Formats: sequence, C-alpha cells, structure tokens
Amino acid sequence: MTSPSTTAVLFQNVTRHFGTVRAVDGVDLKIEQGEFFAMLGPSGSGKTTCLRLIAGFEQPTAGHIEIFNETAEGLAPNRRDVNTVFQDYALFPHMTVLDNVAYGLMVRGVSRPDRERRAREALSLVRLEGMDARRPAQLSGGQRQRVALARALVNRPKVLLLDEPLGALDLKLREDMQEELRRLHKQLGLTFVFVTHDQGEALSMADRVAVFNQGRIVQVGTPEDIYQRPTTRFVAEFVGSSNVLTPDEAPRFGGVSHWTSLRPEAILIGSAAEAMDIRQPAEVVDQQFQGAMRKTLLKINGREVWSLAPAAQALEAGRTVTVGWAQGALHAMKGEGAHV
Amino acid sequence: MRSEGSSLLLKLSALGGLVFLHGPLAIILLYAFTTEGKSYQFPPPGLTLQWFAVAWNRPDIWAALTLSVNVALIATGLALVLGTLAAAALSRTRFWGRDNVSLLLILPLALPGIITGIALRSAFNLMDLPYSVFTIVLGHATFCIVVVYNNAVARFRRLSPSLVEASFDLGADAFQTFRHVVLPNIGTALLAGGMLAFALSFDEVIVTTFTAGQQTTLPIWMLNELVRPRDRPVTNVVAVLVMAVTFFPILAAYWLTREGEHVAGGSR
Amino acid sequence: MSDLALRRQGGLSAVIDTLYRRPRIFLAVLLAPPLLWLGVVYLGSLFALLAQSFFSLDDFSGVIVREFTLSTWVQLLAPANMDVIVRTVTMAALVTVADGIMAFPIAYYAARYARGPMKAAFYLLVMMPLWSSYLVKVYAWKLILAREGIYTWVLDKLGIEALLDWYLSLPVIGGPSLSASYTGTFIVFCYVWLPYMILPVQSALERVPGNLIEASADLGASPRDTFRHVILPLAFPGVVAGSIFTFSLTLGDYIIPQIVGGSQYYLGQAVYAQQGTAGNIPLAAAFSVVPILIMGLYLAFARKLGAFDAL
Repeated sequence: MTSPSTTAVLFQNVTRHFGTVRAVDGVDLKIEQGEFFAMLGPSGSGKTTCLRLIAGFEQPTAGHIEIFNETAEGLAPNRRDVNTVFQDYALFPHMTVLDNVAYGLMVRGVSRPDRERRAREALSLVRLEGMDARRPAQLSGGQRQRVALARALVNRPKVLLLDEPLGALDLKLREDMQEELRRLHKQLGLTFVFVTHDQGEALSMADRVAVFNQGRIVQVGTPEDIYQRPTTRFVAEFVGSSNVLTPDEAPRFGGVSHWTSLRPEAILIGSAAEAMDIRQPAEVVDQQFQGAMRKTLLKINGREVWSLAPAAQALEAGRTVTVGWAQGALHAMKGEGAHV
Repeated sequence: MRSEGSSLLLKLSALGGLVFLHGPLAIILLYAFTTEGKSYQFPPPGLTLQWFAVAWNRPDIWAALTLSVNVALIATGLALVLGTLAAAALSRTRFWGRDNVSLLLILPLALPGIITGIALRSAFNLMDLPYSVFTIVLGHATFCIVVVYNNAVARFRRLSPSLVEASFDLGADAFQTFRHVVLPNIGTALLAGGMLAFALSFDEVIVTTFTAGQQTTLPIWMLNELVRPRDRPVTNVVAVLVMAVTFFPILAAYWLTREGEHVAGGSR
Repeated sequence: MSDLALRRQGGLSAVIDTLYRRPRIFLAVLLAPPLLWLGVVYLGSLFALLAQSFFSLDDFSGVIVREFTLSTWVQLLAPANMDVIVRTVTMAALVTVADGIMAFPIAYYAARYARGPMKAAFYLLVMMPLWSSYLVKVYAWKLILAREGIYTWVLDKLGIEALLDWYLSLPVIGGPSLSASYTGTFIVFCYVWLPYMILPVQSALERVPGNLIEASADLGASPRDTFRHVILPLAFPGVVAGSIFTFSLTLGDYIIPQIVGGSQYYLGQAVYAQQGTAGNIPLAAAFSVVPILIMGLYLAFARKLGAFDAL
C-alpha cells in the first residue's frame, strides 16, 4: 500500500432501491488506493450492486460516491477510470482476442499500431501469448478469463473491479488464477475490488474484506479480523464454519453469557488439549476423513460441536476423550443471524 | 426413444402435407412453359420459352415491377429503423404497458389486412392526401415493423447485456457501442428481418388495393389478371417471377439467422 | 488517461450521460418513433374508421351524413348481413380446424424426428410456401381447378368423375363446379394459410423437452398416452397461436372467395363492396368492427392460454 494513503473509493450512506427492494441499504465504505479489497456475501446481499455502483452501471438512489476524491454519481461508466472483469467475461464474440483487448484504446482514438502493441503487452502481462487472432469461442474458460483481465487492464484503470471472476472455473484453475491475481495486484499496484460469495477466496486473496448481508455491510476488516473476531453471528457462520453457542450455552464452555463463536480448529483433542485453559470431557459422535484433517463431531455438555483433528487422530464413535481450547478462542458477538 | 423412429402413418401424413404445400407451386412453374395461350389446358400440349420473351418486352410489367421494388425498399428501410428501436426497448426492460406495446406491434398483422387497408384509405380521404408511392409505403411499413421487430428482439435477447456494459466500461460512448458491439451482433438478424419485410411488402396486395389509387404494383397487376384474365401466359411468367423475387430473400434470411445462432451460441 | 473532470464536458455526451442515468427516459426515446408511427398512422386511422360507423349514408344523395346515429349499426343487423357474418365465421372456424389437423403431422415430424440437414430442409419447405406470394398461391388453384385443368384430368384418369358429380350435387357444400362451391373456397383457404399453422405448432413442439417424453414412457405410458397427456397439452398453445393467423386471415380475406367460390359474400368482400362500389363507408366501418371484435375476443382468449409465447 502507498503511504500516505489516498482513498480510491468512498461510499457515504449509499442506498440503491429497485422498486421496493433495497438492494443496497445505507452503505458506508472506504477503499484505500492499492488495496486488494473483497466484497463477500451470499447472493442478493448487495455486493454486486455495490460493484455496479462503482462501475457506474447503477446510480445510487441516495447517498454519495467518490472515486479518487471525485464525485461519481451522475457520471456514466465510460467516463470513469474504472474497468470491470465481468462474471461471464462479456468478451465481444465477433472480435478477435487482440481486438477485444484493444477495444478500450480504439474507442479512445489510439492509433492501430499503438493500440495493438499495448494490447499485446497486456496479453503478455496475463501470460496469454500467441492467441491474438482467435475468437473468444475458440478459447477455454481460463483463457477467456485472462483475455477479460487483459482487456480491463489495458486502459490502466485506477480501480479494477472483478465480479465473481473465478466462479465459472473449475477448482484447479481457480487456484491458479487466485495466485495470478495476487501476482498482478503486486506487480501493478492498482486498487482491486473483488466480489465473491466464496469466503475461502476472499480470505486468501484480499487485504481487507467487507462482509455483506441484506444490503448492508456487517463487518469490514482484515481476513484475520473477519475470521477470528466475527462481530455478528452471521459473519461467524458465513465465513468459515463455526460452532455458534447461544448465550445460554456459552458459560458452560467457559465464556460469558453472549452469542459466542468457537472455531472447530481451536478445539483440541486428547494430549494436545492438556496445555489449554479450558478442558472438558467429550464424547466422540462421528468422524469424517477429509485428507489433511479429520472432521470430528463431539458432544460436549450435551451440545454437539465440530472439531478438526489431525488426520492421524482416528477416534471411534462413542469414546470419551478430553478436549480443550484457549480462553481467547471464545469470541463473543452480536446475535444477528442470517434472516431469509 | 427417439431412435425408435416414426410410424409409417406419421411419415406418410407429413409427406402428404408437404406435397399438398408444394404441388400447386410446381404447377405454376410448369404452366409458365406451356405452348397453350388461351386456356389452362392440362397436360400442356407442348413446352416453350417464348412467354418469357413476351413478358420481358412488356413495359407495363416493368413499370409494375419497378414500383413494387421501390415501395418494398422504402418500406423495409422504415421498418428496419422502427422495428429495431422497438426491439431494443422491449427486449430487456419490463415496464407498465409493455404487453400493450407488443400487442400494438403485432396488431397490423393480426387484424385482417382489409381493415388496415380501409382504415388507411378513409384516413387519407379525411386528410385529402392524394394517393402516391408514399401512401403505399405508409401501409406497407406499418405491417413490416413487426417482422423486423420479431427478428431483432430474438437476437437482442441472446445478446448478453454485459457486452454493452463492457463496452461502456471500456470507455466507449453510446454511438461507439452501437457501431462496434450492438450492430455486429444483431446485424444478421436485421438483414434477415429486412429481407423478410422486403418479401412481405413486395408481395402485398390486400392493403395495397386500398392505398394505391391508380398506381399498379406487380401484385395489383396480377390481381387484375386473376379477376379478368387477358394475358394468361404472361401472367404465368409473372407468377414465376414473383416466386423467384421472394424466394431468394427468404432463403438468405434463413441462412443469415442460422449462422447468427451458431456464433452467439458459441460465445457463451 | 484524461481527467475525469475534463471528460465530463461536451453537449452531446452530457445528453447521453443523462440517458444512461435515466433508463426510463432512454426507453422513451427508443420507443417514441415506433409508437408514434403505429399510434398515429395505424391506430389513428383505425379509430377514425370506427368513428365513421356512427355516421350514416343518405340513401338519396349518396352523401355521408356526419351526425351521430346508430342507424348504420341497425343496418348491420339486417338478416342478409348477419348471413355474411355467420358464413365467414363458420368458414374461418372450419379452415382453422382443418389446418390444425393437417399441420400437426408435419410439425410433429419436423420437431421430433427430422435431424441435421433434414431438419433444415423441412423448415425451408414450410417457410417457402409461407412467404411465397399469396396471389401466386391463389393463382395456382385457379389453374388447378379450371375446367380444362388438372383436377378434371386427374379425375378422368382415375375414372371417378361420377363421384365428384355426386359430391357437387350435395346441398350447401356442392355447387355447379368445384371452383364455384364452398368446398373450393375451403380448399384454397386451407392451402394458403396452412404454413401459418405449421410453424407455431412446430416451435411449440420443439420446446417439449425430449426427456419429458422419456419420463412418460419410463412411467409406463404407451406412445398414445404420452401423445394425449404430454405432447398434445404442451403443443396446444402453438395450435392456438397458429389459429390466430388462420382465423384472422380467413375473416378478412376478400380475394380468395372472389376468385374461387360461389356468389355469396364473405365479410371481406362485404367491406370491400360497401366502401367501393356502394360508397357506404359507415356500413363498411361497422362491418370492420365485426372481425376486430371477434379477433379481440380470440386474442384475449389466446393470451390466457399462453399462445403469445409460442409466436
């Protein structure tokens, strides 16, 4: 991040209604220049509408938006130094790869030799060479993704918006592209705003994450903040898996009378539990082998909770074991859940 | 299930239907070559090409043909503009009264042509508008709009809305977006719609009889011959000519929309 | 990259910005030309015509009296005119039913069995007669039904002329010759409008997913049951869509009965004669309302059955 930091995108109490539906409902947001910022939430939570408000495809019903200290509301998308990688890539089917990438330069009147040179540079930036003359239909999903990236980057936008860019890719390709995006972000130093419903993706890639629910931001913070210190029940449940304890149950687990999150990996079993602040007996209910770990269902104080045991720690159902966790692993939060 | 094949009865009735559809057209073709000039004698006593030469040298046929082509071209041009605008407006958005607008578009084709014709005629009379090419075009464009609209709206719906957004996003203004993104993607559909509109206008007689006054389009020329036959062999030749003029645009329209589907389908 | 503030200027671009910000205005700009055209040229003429049905014709001077009266409407209800209406509606209904029956096998075969080039050929074979000249098609039947024409020749070869003579001697459907009988008119109507029925039925059938038929067979239905309980109900909106055309086109046609048929008038001919030779625009206008009314009811009914999706 550059310092002193400049604000790339600012939302002040932004609301967007569609008829009676409040897609975005009073959002305040500040994205710093050079940040890799993720907007995370279930579908219909308002994250994509926020992205479209930044791009200019939507206009706020109320509130104020600034992009690099300039008022953005009322500004058409073609007048913003912001470019988007679309969920379906939106590659022009009738143009070659090179023409797709050079499009933004063409409409700005850059001469053909110049724009083709810069388009080739952009394509080599995303490591897609020798495909210039192909049509989008002749490319694989991963290749289309790279063309879409190159096309958005060739204009050297101040902010790059990515709308679920990895959603259509299979697992292996998705992991490759996650790394690729991290590399590009470091290399270019641009502000990336990334929309996803995949919490793993948001945590692993972003500098900061905003969690959306029902048109509002429920928590903003670093991935560690979001994961380890969820402020509401919704965040605890949506980001990673968590054992959410009710205010009644929490004291029995060593906490206070609040809604409390206890992450499965914080619950240690057997000898590993010895060094923990809080120790309790537990009954093994079930175990699922998951490769690196064994997901273990335990019954503690009459309440079933999930724990992650090392793969080597095979336990048969019905056995009684000692379990333990650190006092700090119990995280009290607000009781707002996911209302549907 | 599908490999099971169709029953003989189904095959025969489908085949019979097609023969019923095409037999009469083949007969027209045959009659254009008959040596018999005074009656519709079957089978023709002999075959000749002379009637094509006779028709070729008839100025009244040339005049009618020229008028029909001119009317069809102008009406098609108008229908292309109006139909495309309507398709662009109705393809994605939902608004109050949308169903009524689409009903209004198909109304000129759904209501009997004679009503369109007589309504226009009495309106021209009320406004003291003299009959001319313009009055014919007015009628033709009205029912051609929906043909263009139908072709364009189908393609607009297949056009991913994010393509237009992407174009704006990359800095293009509305004109650039239309020229570089929208038009190339709907172009073949428009061409196909235009061809069909041309064929429809070129062939139209019911509305035209009311809006033409003393002008004679090719279909009106034919209608006169049908009601009071004077030049049977020449009429046969004109019938073949009309079939040919409408045949090629329709064939072209078919291939154009076919390919369009292929391209649009492949890009997803 | 140029500055945001710089690029914000310019008159035309300001207009486009406004359009982008306000999709409703953009929509209005797009819709205005076609709506104005259809609204002014088409609907305007239509309403002007309908309004004239409340005027009347002075029988002695032949001048249209521009005063509100219902006398023209009373005139429309005269038995002779009611005969015309009943005759036309009956014909339209019969043609629609006959075309529906003839169209189904072709559409069904094209939708379910034809594949690849065969399918393209089928489609073209239906499209061609649909779009080829209406007059040429009518003319073809004039050739076929002429006394010295094909049908006499065929009957002669088959030796069944007596059968035709017997048929023509029947009341109502018979007549002096086939080309001067209701049957002749009926055949030509059926022929000319048949493609208008095939295409919507075919597209409705094509939208019946193949696995639905497999599921029906899998659940133990015989092909006949599947046809009756699965295919027919799903294809029905297509039939209704097609019938809009066959029905409406028959209602308004004045050329076919003039070329092939007896001396009895149909609706289209009545309208044509009233506005033309008789110069009675008010009565012609009142006559025009009949098919509009019938089609209005028909369209409302068709919309309920979801036929517009099959168009």
